[in-house]
Amino acid sequence: MQAKTNILSLPTQEFVHPGTRACTGCGLSIAYRVGLKALGKDTILVVPPSCLTVLQGLFPIASTKLPCLNVTFASTAAAATGILATLKTQGKEHITVAAWAGDGGTSDIGLQALSGAAERGDNFIYFCYDNEGYMNTGAQRSGTTPIGAVTANTPFKGKQQQKKDVPAIMAAHKLSYVAACSAAYPLDLYDKIKSCVNLPGTKYFHIHIPCPPGWGYDPRYGIKIGRLAVETGYYDLYEIVNGEFKLTAASEKLVEKRKLIPVREYFRSQSRFKILTDAQIADIQNQIDAKWANYYKKDE
Amino acid sequence: MHIIEDGNSAAALGVKLCRANVIAAYPITPQTPLTERLSEYVESGEMKAEYIPVESEHSALAVCIAASSAGARVFTATSANGLLYMHEQVQWASGARLPIVMCVVNRAVGAPWNVWNDQQDSISQRDTGWIQIYCADHQQIIDTVIKAYWLAEKVSIPIMVCYDGYILSHTYMPFDLPDQEKVDAFLPPFQPEYALNPDEPANLNTVTLPDVRLDVQGELAHGYMEIRYLLQEELRTTLKTAAEAEKRFAGIFGRGGDPYIEPYRCDDADYVAVGLGSITYQLRVCVDALRKESIKVGVMGIRYYRPFPDEAIANALKGKKGVIVFEKAISYGYEGALMSDLKSALYEHLAGTGSLPPVQNFIAGIGGREIRTDDLTQALRAAIKSRVSKEPTWIGLKL
Repeated sequence: MQAKTNILSLPTQEFVHPGTRACTGCGLSIAYRVGLKALGKDTILVVPPSCLTVLQGLFPIASTKLPCLNVTFASTAAAATGILATLKTQGKEHITVAAWAGDGGTSDIGLQALSGAAERGDNFIYFCYDNEGYMNTGAQRSGTTPIGAVTANTPFKGKQQQKKDVPAIMAAHKLSYVAACSAAYPLDLYDKIKSCVNLPGTKYFHIHIPCPPGWGYDPRYGIKIGRLAVETGYYDLYEIVNGEFKLTAASEKLVEKRKLIPVREYFRSQSRFKILTDAQIADIQNQIDAKWANYYKKDE
Repeated sequence: MHIIEDGNSAAALGVKLCRANVIAAYPITPQTPLTERLSEYVESGEMKAEYIPVESEHSALAVCIAASSAGARVFTATSANGLLYMHEQVQWASGARLPIVMCVVNRAVGAPWNVWNDQQDSISQRDTGWIQIYCADHQQIIDTVIKAYWLAEKVSIPIMVCYDGYILSHTYMPFDLPDQEKVDAFLPPFQPEYALNPDEPANLNTVTLPDVRLDVQGELAHGYMEIRYLLQEELRTTLKTAAEAEKRFAGIFGRGGDPYIEPYRCDDADYVAVGLGSITYQLRVCVDALRKESIKVGVMGIRYYRPFPDEAIANALKGKKGVIVFEKAISYGYEGALMSDLKSALYEHLAGTGSLPPVQNFIAGIGGREIRTDDLTQALRAAIKSRVSKEPTWIGLKL
């Protein structure tokens, strides 16, 4: 097993210029910056319209130091396939192709192309940065918006439906690698990318991305809120390597601790959950406890 | 070498001769045999290329767009609703100035479902910034595919090679299969100005502002409007490059002609029938019959629909007593799109000269309705006699 990266051993080379157009406190800025460090120089990026399009800047100035193809909303994974096919004909298969799409671009409009590429086993890494809504267009609900969240188009009652479990959908494609990460744990993301680059076929990363304007909190608390999501057992860090599920990093440690922070703290940290009643929170707490009871059982 | 094959095979052979590197396709009738044939070439090793069996037409063109951006010569093909499903990508490909070649095997669009031939699919993509070339036989299909790669790569604009479903795609005809050495001499390997490359990073198709903007060196970069203007401007000058392609092709293969139009018995004609694709060859039979009745009529096939060869068309129709446009598509709510375009060209070049011919419009073969040659002859005869209608006249309608 490779040694865990720490803040001192993280490479200093940057692939994102300072001063991007991302919002203050944007969780994606952290995940993208560290993610590109792990991917390295020999990488071609694919990006559909999303917050990342904004982060990357306006023509003719770009904030990313890697080649990047901007593509239509629904076509991210298919575009990755096209680049891969060309690299194959050019004998440049050492170059990594990495797609970075938002949760709307992944769980909703881009799911068909992603499923197609995964089923074909195309050898690239797909990152879904999940800020749990269409944040780039003003915070509307997406397939991965959690139940109870007020969004621009669920304005009073909040989203009534469950969050779509995209990593599980991708795991059902029998991928060599599926990971759930968080912008609040960038080193876990870094190590996971490093560990999977040489695995065959499509690799899927789901990254939980705290979003100050979309979630409703002071930008300074992004990391704290991202960590609360994990420490409350609400969002889990894990990887599925060739079908084997394993909690990682802080989530793995929670199994040892056998103690979760009440999820209420997470919900009360963001204004999007302001309509959740105590009864609803208790219900979600029960679901979390049941999920974790299962994790504890497996650990025994 | 002369061979007898169907139209889809003619297209597939053309793609193989052009050594396309990446092919992506999704099955749709009547395109399917073309892409099946290509998958055979790739799986058997006869053709060195990547064949991507995508999960949709939207992804087929997505693969081509990305592969072309990375420097590959690419191919896809589709029909009808497949082309409509691609529509967003169709616009993207021309905006990104990628030399993609795509065969459109013309078929009617739903609703209701219909798998038979008309040209509503490609005509509805008229304003997408692609070059559109129509073929009337198998020789034209294979030759046009080869010319299309040269032209697309020369002008950095994608091309639709359109041919009628079944009537051309599934019928067998003899045609000359060009020699590989000659095709290689005609078509050099694709060398894009820029291809995605970690050693020379660039951010392609990123958000571009309404106005021009300075880059980091202080040089003024194009705004969205400049980029789109150049697409229009270079589509117009593509007409000249198309003539160059035709000349170059004729020099190597010994066949060719007018790049834009294909006139038949038009020189001394008083009346000229105009159309796109295989219907123009059927109209030759009508013309021959009417000539026997001493009616001086000819037929002109239009090969390039976009960019529209307005000057060549106006010159060819100057002073005619009548022009009759036959179309397998319609711009719903008005008339045939070719009819409108043709009238516009005539007006531009001939208004006030006293040589502006009256124009009439017939719609035929919608959804594969059989186009009887006798009906076409009858329509021509009626239109020559007098103005049939201000509105387009539908041939063979049973109402």
